[in-house]
Formats: sequence, structure tokens, C-alpha cells
Amino acid sequence: MELFEAILFYVFAGLSLLSAVVMVAQRNPLYSAFALLVTICSLSAIFGLLGSPFIAALQIVVYAGAIMVLFLFVLMLLRVGREEPEPGRQRVLKTVAIGLGALLLAQLGAVIAGIRPQVARGFDASTRSMARVLFSPQYVYVFEATSILIVGALVGAVVLARKEP
Amino acid sequence: MASATQEPPAASGVEAPAARVLRAELGPQLRSVADFRGDLAITVERDAWVRAASLLRDHPQLDFKLFLDLCGVDQLDDDTDEGLRDRYEVVLHLYSVTHKHHVRLKTTAPEAAPDVPTLTGVYKGANWFEREAWDLYGIRFTGHPKLERLLTHDAFVGHPMRKDYPVGQRHVLKSPKVQLMDVPADSEHLLVNIGPSHPAMHGTFRVQALMDGETIAACEAEIGYMHRNFEKMAEVRTYWQIIPYTDRLNYCSSFMNGHGWALAVEKLLGIQAPPRAEAVRVILSEFSRIMDHIIAIGTNVVDLGAITPFFVMFRAREDIYELLDACCGARLTVSYVRIGGLAQDVPEDFEARCRRVMKSVQEVVDQADGLLTRNPIFTSRFKDVGAMGKDEALSWGWVGPCLRGSGVAYDVRKDHPYSGYEQYDFDVPVGTVGDCYDRYLVRMEEMRQSLRIIDQALRKLPSGPVIVDDKKVALPPKSEVYSNIEALMNHFKLVYDGILPPPGEVYGYTEGANGELGYYIVSRGAKHPWRVKVRPPCFNIYQAFPSMITGALLADAVAIIGGLNVIAGELDR
Amino acid sequence: MSGLSDHWAGLSPVAQQFWIAVLKVAVIFNVLLGLFSFMTYAERRLLAFMQFRLGPNRTGPFGVLQPIADGIKLFFKEEVIPEGANRWVFVAAPAVAVVAAFLSIAVVPYGGPGLFQIADLEVGILYLFAISSLGVYAIVMAGWAANNKFTMLGGLRSAAQMFSYELALGLSWVGLIMLAGSFRIQDIVTAQKGGLGLLNWFCVVQFPAFIVYLIAATAEVNRTPFDLPEAETELVAGFHTEYSSMRFALLQMAEYVNMITVAAVGTSLFLGGWLSPLPLLPDSPLWFFVKFGLLLFFFIWLRGTLPRFRYDQLMHFGWKVLVPVATLWILVTAGLVTAGVPGFRR
Repeated sequence: MELFEAILFYVFAGLSLLSAVVMVAQRNPLYSAFALLVTICSLSAIFGLLGSPFIAALQIVVYAGAIMVLFLFVLMLLRVGREEPEPGRQRVLKTVAIGLGALLLAQLGAVIAGIRPQVARGFDASTRSMARVLFSPQYVYVFEATSILIVGALVGAVVLARKEP
Repeated sequence: MASATQEPPAASGVEAPAARVLRAELGPQLRSVADFRGDLAITVERDAWVRAASLLRDHPQLDFKLFLDLCGVDQLDDDTDEGLRDRYEVVLHLYSVTHKHHVRLKTTAPEAAPDVPTLTGVYKGANWFEREAWDLYGIRFTGHPKLERLLTHDAFVGHPMRKDYPVGQRHVLKSPKVQLMDVPADSEHLLVNIGPSHPAMHGTFRVQALMDGETIAACEAEIGYMHRNFEKMAEVRTYWQIIPYTDRLNYCSSFMNGHGWALAVEKLLGIQAPPRAEAVRVILSEFSRIMDHIIAIGTNVVDLGAITPFFVMFRAREDIYELLDACCGARLTVSYVRIGGLAQDVPEDFEARCRRVMKSVQEVVDQADGLLTRNPIFTSRFKDVGAMGKDEALSWGWVGPCLRGSGVAYDVRKDHPYSGYEQYDFDVPVGTVGDCYDRYLVRMEEMRQSLRIIDQALRKLPSGPVIVDDKKVALPPKSEVYSNIEALMNHFKLVYDGILPPPGEVYGYTEGANGELGYYIVSRGAKHPWRVKVRPPCFNIYQAFPSMITGALLADAVAIIGGLNVIAGELDR
Repeated sequence: MSGLSDHWAGLSPVAQQFWIAVLKVAVIFNVLLGLFSFMTYAERRLLAFMQFRLGPNRTGPFGVLQPIADGIKLFFKEEVIPEGANRWVFVAAPAVAVVAAFLSIAVVPYGGPGLFQIADLEVGILYLFAISSLGVYAIVMAGWAANNKFTMLGGLRSAAQMFSYELALGLSWVGLIMLAGSFRIQDIVTAQKGGLGLLNWFCVVQFPAFIVYLIAATAEVNRTPFDLPEAETELVAGFHTEYSSMRFALLQMAEYVNMITVAAVGTSLFLGGWLSPLPLLPDSPLWFFVKFGLLLFFFIWLRGTLPRFRYDQLMHFGWKVLVPVATLWILVTAGLVTAGVPGFRR
């Protein structure tokens, strides 16, 4: 069974990386959105394999079910076409991207080099324990503050989107 | 003509108010006043055309608010100079719902410059009628906002209703019009075609809508897909040969079209059908009205997603078809009336059959009523949707259930009874705000009132012949033709020469299922009519549709169109 | 046969579990396919009887073979992919629709723990919510890919409708979760067990939530009176206007399977799943199928009775009626649970 899980893990990990690359490389924003969707679903599968079905479900409910659908909605409504590169800005962008990419690689390398392999401790990721942590005095205020922030953002969006009478 | 005319001749010396007012106001610009078979016709000079129409509409004693019809007539074969000078006639029919009188206003235009000022500023409904007259006769209406072809297509050459246009001439349309309106290139709106082939369109006509999300920002209508020029065909047929063509006008209630045609020709001839024929005509007309209303309501609610009421109601329609079948052997296009009566008598068990059908109609009307009238989803889709005000409806020339839905109690059966409607007791339902719900309620109630009329007509159904005994109008019975030389000669003469009415022009009108169905007949005394103009009720009604749905939701447009009950066969003729 | 059972005994428990799971998936998948085709038949027949018609009655006894005939017909029909359509997305959309539809049935229990459920997930109810939100994609993809104005409008309408009503759908479950104290659907079913039989079910205890669920579920599966995405008279056939042959059949299948899922979930969450309605009768998977059938009949009945809403009315109803009602009911339930009112005690 562990072998089976390992195979699944690598399949989903590969899928998520692949689709992430596709997402960045695609010029058609709609395909990018679909690729991101695949990434999210694979990540959710990985969470499931790691024994946290709650996070796995949330991943899909929040990202795939709400956020990406809105993205797609807007893309289709505005009928966004392929993005054609502007020749002038292209060179500048490329150099900046290569520089930033190298920096990121260096940081990643440093982090990976610093890790000492060890067996992960048993971790209770069930819904109940997640809830206990989330609503413990340590996090409950942060949690509630975040929800107020989101409501504020929503109200703001409605006010901005409303047509002037 | 053997029978006596039923209309009293206009009292000589006392002029009708319309003629009196126009004579006083226009003076020498009023050319002539005629009164034939009770139809008042006033001819004015072209320069006084708009003024005369405005006077007729606004003068308190006249109050001709209801625009009925406008059409062209080609008086070609006057070879005189005067004939060419007056070759084209423009004929306007108006009605006053307050004073209950009709008027026919005419003007002429020369062949060289057929220009007539437009009436679109006076009556909203004149718009499409003038386009039609331009399309069919080439009469130019100066000042018209959009004088384009309406019934024929853009590749058409010439004006088909002109007398010098060959009857069999055809033109092929190679590339249809893609866009009916101009849309800016950077517009974010979506251009959507509703029709000519679309589930919401009951027949082939087209609306192009510019959609701002779910709202219709602008729209334009196109008709003429079913145009077969009934009126041109009628000019080369004898009076009774036209009867089958009338069946194809409003094919949902074909009997009523024939009924109207027969009455119009009888008015021209000055005869009246025997009482039994008239009573049967009334009964079958009322059944046809019920059938038409069933279709209007049934298909309208199907468009809203309610399929069950449609199937419930159509059962009664089937029963009515069977009744018609028993009377004349045809279901859809019945051709049952004849000039002066009916083709044959009804079957012996006619009354029993009618009673059975009445029961079935009563049943389905009650069931549909239970399914729909108080259903909150249904009412929320229908109430305050597509409201049409009283004055606007009159100006567009709305008639029938749609006009009554807007609160005008004008019903030809009540106000100008024909075929003995004056003997029957019935109510005319009217709405209050003129929305879809009012139109629905009016139709529902009219079905019940029709049942009342049928009930009374059946009770006093007289016996006797079903066609006039007039050798110049009705064919003698076949048995006599085979045995009697006189009858044979009558038969031969009538078939060969046709019915020969006196020269003159009449406007015969009846209350069709969709409203006032009029036939304007110009006769020169020949066996073919010189000009036949149908006044199709749904032409006026559909004309208002684009303006009704601008600013409405797409779903509302679908709810409205069904309630207007536009029938393409009648719309395009 | 004995060879097979010997072989079975020789397998490790993990492998045994694996094979049982595969078998369950295979069985339920096929049952669903059969149920889907039967539903198309049942719907047509029932609607016909409501409308004084006969419906399909020529293929086989009482016409029961009609779905098979339809399937064969659709299978051999020409596939049309419209010009200017986005091929990949156009082809992918029906597949996504069907996969999403079939995935959600996995957590529905037909009977007691063990054999009668594919997966008894700890977050079963959340899983349902997640999968149902994926169903929107298929419709949006189908609407967009065909490069047609009507499908586009249908797709957008549908997406807006589905995520509006998903909210009410999710909120209607919160009360149950509070009472059962678990996301596990099996737990929610057993929480409805009590001495009073059907009076213990959540459709009684959580009556407002049940009503909200029924309405939101009807909207979620695009059925009358919420069948706007495919409102024939406005949008021709909505998002599946351009589909033909098997792809059309797949989209139809997804819709019916969604309806089946919604009915099955409703049965489990509100009608006590496999519990018996009377205290004296034994619990059995049969009860599940009886209640499930009643709910399916309810959906067909609705279609035979009601006209459809207008788009703006639908949105108003979703956001201004259903969501507030569901939210209020959550507050009430929370209050009653905290106060420990009988029937609201865990």
C-alpha cells in the first residue's frame, strides 16, 4: 500500500509541476487558467495522500470552486484573446526574468542544502484537530480578523462595481 | 342583386361629421366625399394629407384615434392624362372607439412623381404600412424615417403590386441581410439573432437584438419570409376562388378569415346570407377563436418552460378540429364558407357534437386556469412585463385581445355586430395596464364568453337553407344541374363569368381571433377584384414589438412575443 | 469457484480491500449508468402521463428499451465540431462533466457502514461540495468552446446560477453538521436514528434547511423551474446547442447523474438514508431506494408543473431569499444546540 501511495504521490507531484509550467508558458490566458486548475486539483490530491482530507477539500472548494471559476468567468466575459508579445519590451523582461530566476534557484538550493533528512513525526490532520487549532485562543482572533477583511473586500468590490446612477 | 341591401343609405343632406369638419377646415382641398354601402370615403389633395389625418385624429367630434390600415392602390388603366395624374391612391382607414365610426381617407399621386407626405408623425402604426406601400407600389413617403423594403427582399426589382408588373415574375435572393442594424466595431454588446428560425419565434420572422448582458439595448425586426403576395394573387382570381387563400392568412383560425371575406364580399354585393348560415358561421367562428386563443396561451407558456398547460389545452383544439372535419372534411384550412352562405349544411348531430366540444373546452380552460393564473412564478413572469398604454396601443393600431388588454373595450362583435351577434348576450373583458398578464386574462375570459355565445346560438339555431337563393351568387344544387337546363345554364354562367359585383369599394371587417380583420375591396364590376387589401391584425401588433422590448430582458421578449400571437401567414400575407 | 476463494484468502488484507473497492466502484458505476438510462425513460413516461400523452411505448414492453434505442442512435450519429470552435476544450467539456458527476456519488451511503458505500470519507460532505463546484467548469467550457453566442450566454448564465445556489446548498448543510458533529455522511445518517422513526429525520428537525436544500439542489442541477442555462426559447439549447452524437449524450448523462446524486445526497442527509421510517420496522438499504425514488419523482413532478424563472428573478431569489434564510437558520440551530433544546442535542 505504501508503494501504491508513493506512486500516486509522484504522479500528482509531476502533474502539478507540469501543469504549473504549462500555465506560465501558455499565451492563451484561458489555457493558463485551465492549467492552474489542474495544478490545484493535483495539490489537493497530494494533501489527501498526506492524510489531510480537510485541507484537500478546502483546496478545491476555495481555489477551484470559487476563485478559478470567477477568473474564467471574467476571461470569457471580456473575451480575452491570445497575448501577443511586444518586441521592444521583450528583451528587458527576459533579462529581468533570468536574473530573478537565478536568485530564486540560489535560494532554493541554499534551503535544500540546509535540510537534514529525518522522519516526519506523526501529525493529526483530521478536521476536528484542525478546528481545535484554528479556534484556539492562539488563532481565533486572526481567523476572525481575516474573515472581516474578506467581507470588507467584498463590500468594496460591490461599491466599486456599482454603476453611478 | 336580388336581396335588399341591409345598410340604410346615408341620409342625404346631412353629412357625416368627418366630412363636415374636413370640408369646413380644408375647403377646396377636399376633393370629394363618397358613401357606398355605408362606408364614408373622403378624398383630399396631397398637400392636405397630413393635415386631414391630424384633424381626424384630434378633432373632439371625430376622435379617430385608432389607426387601422394604410395601403396603396394602382388605378392604372385610366389612359387619360387625368388617370396618369392620379394613378396611385393612398388609402387610410381610421376608427374612433369613442364615437364608433369609421372613415376612409384617400389621396392620389401622379405616376411621374409618386410622393406623398408621411403620416408617421400622426400615427405610429403608419410606419410599416408606408414601407409596405413603398415596397409594393413604389409610392415614396417623404419624411419617412426608414423607407426600405419590408415584405420583399433587397434583391427584388420593381414594385410587385403595380398593375404593369407581371404576375409570375420572380426574383431570387442570393445573399441575405446579415446585420439589420449598425453596430460600432468597438461595441462590447453582443448581436443576437432571434429568428427567423428560433424556438421562441412562432413562425418565420426575425428580430435582431443587441444584447447588453441579458438586456436588449437595441433591436430591429425583419419580416417578409412568408410573403407570397396574397393580394396580387387575389387580383387574378374570382371572388370565391379567393376563399381558400384566406385560409392561409391566420391559419390557426382559418374559418374566421373566410367568414370575414364572405361578409366583405356580401357587403359589396349588398346581400345577406340566410339565418341558418349566419348562425353556423358564428358558432364555428367562436370555436375558431377558442382554438386560436388556445394556441396563443399554450405556446406562450411553453416559452416560459411550462409544458403541461400546452398539452392540456391542445386536447380541446383537437376536438374542435374534429368538429370542423365533420362539417366540411378539412381540419386546418377549412374553406367552408361561400359567398352568400356555406358550402353545405352541417351534419345532423351538429348540436350534440358542439355540446361535447364545449364540455371539453370548459374542462381544459378550467385546468389551465388552475395551473397558471395564480401560479406565483407565472405571474412574476407576466405581471408588469410588456405593458402597453391605451393611447399608444391605439396609435400603433392594436386591436383585439391585445387592445382590450390595454383597457380599450373595442370589439367589432359588440360595436358593429355582424352575422347576428346582436342577438347574443356576452361580455367584453378588458385589462387595466396592458401587460402580458392582462392579455392572458383577456384571452382566458374570451374563451369562456365564446362558449356562452355558442350556447345561445345552438339554442336558437334556425332551420332553412345555408346559402342564398340567388343565381348570380350561388351555384344551383348539383342534382338540378344534371336534370334541369336552366340550372345548368346558371351553373355555366356563374362558373364562367364569376360573381359580378357592382363597381365600388367597401371595407368589410370582423372580429378575428387576433382582432379586427378587415378586407378592403376595390371592385370595377369585373369578375376579379381590382384590389384586395387585407388589414392583418398582427401586422400592427408586431410592429410595436421592437419598441416594446428595447430595454427589456431577453426572457421578457420571449414572454411578450407569445402573448402578441403573431402569425406569420397573416403578418406577411 | 473454490480456486478463486483460495486465491482470495491468500491475498493480503490490503489487497483484499483494494479489490473490494474496485468491485464496488464497478458495480455502482454500472448501476448508475443503468439508472441514468432508466431515468430518461421514467421522466419521459411520467411527464407524458401528466400531460395526457403516452410517451415512448413502442420499444420493448412498455417502451422500457427506449433508452437503449436512443443510446444506439446517438452512438451512430455524426459528430459535428463547429467551425471556429476550440477543439480541445470542446472535446474535454463533456468528459469533465461526466467525471465530476460520477465522482460525487462515491460518498453516498446506501446502507450501513462497510459494503454499501464506496468511500466513507471523514470529510464526505465537504468532498461533495468540492466536486459539485467542479461541475461548473464543464458547462463553462462547453459554452465557451463552441464559439456560439447562444452557448456562451448559456454557459455564463449557468456558471452564475451554479455558484450562487451552491452557496445556499452549502449553508443548508451546516445545521446538520452541527447536530451530527461530523462531516462524515455515515455519521449524519446515524445521527437521525431515534425512537420516533421519521420524526427524528433532519427533514423534520431541520425543516427550513430541507426546503432550502430542495430548492438549491434543483437549481444546482439546472432543472425546472431553474432550467435557465438551457432555456430553449431564449438560448436555443443553451450550452449544449452545438453538441451532437455521443458528446451530447455525455452532457445529458452528466445532467441526469447530477440529478441522481442530488437526490441520493438529499435522501442521506435529510430523509434518514437507509433508516426505516417507523420505529418497529428494520433499517435496510431498501428504504434508501424508496426515498430516493420519491425525490427523483419530485424533480420530474416539478418539471411537469412549473414555468421557469427569469434570470434576474433567479438571482434575486438565490441571494436575497435563500442565502439569508439559510444563514438565519444556522444561527437558530446554533442557538438551540448551545441551549441544549431536546432534539437539538448532540
